[in-house]
Amino acid sequence: MKIRIKFSKTGDMRFIGHLDLMRCFQKIFRRSGIDIRFSEGLSPHMIMSFASPLGVGLTSEGEYVDIEIGVSVSSEEALKRLNSQAPEGVCFTGFTEVEPGKASKAMSLVDAADYEARVEEAALFSGEWAGKAEAFSALPSVMVDKETKSGVTRADIAPMIHTFEVRSDERGPFFFMRLASGSSANLKPELALDAFFAFTQSDVSSSDLLIHRKELYTRLPDGSFASLGSLGKTVTV
Amino acid sequence: MKKSALGSRILLEIDKPARYLGNEINAVYKDPGKIDIRFAMCFPDVYEIGMSHLGIQILYDMFNRREDTWCERVYSPWVDLDHVMREKKIPLFALESQEPVKDFDFLGITIQYEMCYTNILQILDLAGIPLHADMRGDDMPIVIGGGPCTYNPEPLAPFFDMFYIGEGEVVYDDLLDLYKEMKKQGLGRKEFLRRAALIPGIYVPSLYEVTYNEDGTIASFGPVSDDLPRVIEKQLVMDMNAVPYPEKPIIPYIKVTQDRVALEIQRGCIRGCRFCQAGMIYRPVRERDEAVLEEYARKMMEATGHEEISLCSLSTSDYSQIRELIDHLIENYGKCNVNLSLPSLRIDSFSLDVMSKVQDIKKSSLTFAPEAGSQRLRNVINKGLTKDDILGGASEAFRGGWDKVKLYFMLGLPTENDSDREDIANLADEIAALYYETVPKEKRRGKCQITVSTSFFVPKPFTPFQWASMHTVDDYLAYARTVNHRVHEVLNHKSIRYNWHQADVTVLEGVLARGDRRCSAVIEEAYAQGALYDAWTECWDYSRWEEAFRRTGVDPDFYTRRERTTDEILPWDFIDIGVSRAFLEREWKRALEEKVTPNCREKCSGCGAARFGGGICYENKN
Repeated sequence: MKIRIKFSKTGDMRFIGHLDLMRCFQKIFRRSGIDIRFSEGLSPHMIMSFASPLGVGLTSEGEYVDIEIGVSVSSEEALKRLNSQAPEGVCFTGFTEVEPGKASKAMSLVDAADYEARVEEAALFSGEWAGKAEAFSALPSVMVDKETKSGVTRADIAPMIHTFEVRSDERGPFFFMRLASGSSANLKPELALDAFFAFTQSDVSSSDLLIHRKELYTRLPDGSFASLGSLGKTVTV
Repeated sequence: MKKSALGSRILLEIDKPARYLGNEINAVYKDPGKIDIRFAMCFPDVYEIGMSHLGIQILYDMFNRREDTWCERVYSPWVDLDHVMREKKIPLFALESQEPVKDFDFLGITIQYEMCYTNILQILDLAGIPLHADMRGDDMPIVIGGGPCTYNPEPLAPFFDMFYIGEGEVVYDDLLDLYKEMKKQGLGRKEFLRRAALIPGIYVPSLYEVTYNEDGTIASFGPVSDDLPRVIEKQLVMDMNAVPYPEKPIIPYIKVTQDRVALEIQRGCIRGCRFCQAGMIYRPVRERDEAVLEEYARKMMEATGHEEISLCSLSTSDYSQIRELIDHLIENYGKCNVNLSLPSLRIDSFSLDVMSKVQDIKKSSLTFAPEAGSQRLRNVINKGLTKDDILGGASEAFRGGWDKVKLYFMLGLPTENDSDREDIANLADEIAALYYETVPKEKRRGKCQITVSTSFFVPKPFTPFQWASMHTVDDYLAYARTVNHRVHEVLNHKSIRYNWHQADVTVLEGVLARGDRRCSAVIEEAYAQGALYDAWTECWDYSRWEEAFRRTGVDPDFYTRRERTTDEILPWDFIDIGVSRAFLEREWKRALEEKVTPNCREKCSGCGAARFGGGICYENKN
């Protein structure tokens, strides 16, 4: 049975890198008694596939990992068990069955991600940024230095920015971004923010902001975005 | 919101911030308002090393079982954070509460190896605790040291308020009870130290005085007043089944050196290798019942979700119920894809059978520790491993599919000559030749790989070699060259790889291992010169130590290049480990006569440890 687990990573857990998080999850799965499947072969490992590694320093409420289980367990029961074993800062929020095949490969599904970015003290959020964000979004091209495996290259990131705007809630104003994410095109939120600050000529940097991932999406054939979690169904066994 | 001593900005700037967060699964949190004693337990090395240490886990668990005590952990900040903390004046904090260590009642430091001595000063310094015990006021924590290096605590004497000599499970409760009582009565530090010094196993260095002869050797050593014990007796657990064991070990977020369930099967070793300090100071051998270990394994696996179980002892094969235990672990955990790690296992048909079940033969290698190349020298060091044992084990292993062998040796052993050194390469050559004889061509996957590693021998206190002289850095490097040269000469040299260790570290380790109180000035000066993390190759810089020796006028050769006579007062003679000095002298003499002494199970050699009224030797007699 293929299962998609949704979780959040907040608080101190944002200092834990992806490889360490994987190790941490292996132990959580063992302790919670979820009958997770192992790969065949001489050194079997848990079948576990994360949708999109989150950078150190970022928090998220839209993380996904796909696993395979043997003995079925209800979504409610599984979430209860997983959360009883989770360290502070990790909260499991979804446990759904996904169809085998394309829908079960979380990593290859990801096309976009939503981010919120806030300054630590809301008062430092410049009033000019809302208008400038509009102008920034309208730019036909945004050339930046992008680090790749083979070195630094100039790239146009404008096509990878679906939304870049200033929103506001009870905690104050923040940047809202929907950016291309995944194997075909991937834009780190830090890069988008730094391009914006370069555009506005502010002496602010992305490292001054708290960046939070909200959700991961796949693009449906009709062009609309669907969250990875919406593709699965609740297990009631 | 959880407290953070560093804040997120610093945490994101430094390497591996998870080292400093605390809050791991199974970490213990208590309400400080309901606590009488705050204990900071420190391993003076980086988190990944310190978290791998079983002794700290045992004490952490034991202290936290007391309702009146909250024990927290402290590790050395890595050099990146060290700079930040000094620059921003952030005091050293304990991981759990993130509160400054200097506000604690106790700072306990485990002292596992000599090369961490400057890290101890870093801990005190960053905590804001005066380096010298006599400068500490009533508001400062009591700094207490424990662990193997306390069997010669003298080079560290001025930095510690007290040392605990022996196994932690025995008198810590007495010490904490006394502290609590005295705190209630409002009695100060001096009074506490005086009374603590009367608890067996507690050594308060400020209450003992040393005088020296003109030649630099010790003239006298003793307490400042007659009511204090003249001899400090090692404390020892006699019933291994009755002491607490950490059933819920802390699970680190980041990968640490020992990331597994550790089952301590026994303490002590029957073997009596003459170079081995652990083999002497942990006598007599005491085992844990197999049924008790089964129960610990179950509870610890449930509480951690670890992927591996490791057996912990000085010599796994000598545990009397080893077959039952391993069968049980394979039976119960093998099917859940849990690995079994079996360090220090003797290579024979039983262990090969077990290893083929729990390891991937193609990837794993066999390890032998002959320690010396020739039988003559193996007799000198009383390493009861013969060439037949090694070749027999290796040939069986080759037939079983293994083709990688690791061999560990020491160089610079007493009486060692060039022929012994060349025999290291000759032995490796014979093993390689055996592979090509044993395994037919069509079954080979290329060449066999024999890896030879040598370390330089450092004489340790409370061993028969405690009187032995060491050699110079140039000598050591010449010894390694002799081996290297011979490795390139032998027939199967293409199958042999040879590594050797640095030599200057060895000399310093030798000074600190058998040093006296005068060496403390060198440690302090080296630290002032910037020495830190001396156990780490990337941080190690001998020139700082050379400068420290020069500035303090302490001559390292006095400690290393001198064969001591058996009538010399040694700095650690005031400690009684149960093994008698007469036995060690006898063993030193037998070593020079190349005579083997049987192990404790074969025959009791009257080392003296039977007086604890327990252990394998005692049980065999009664």
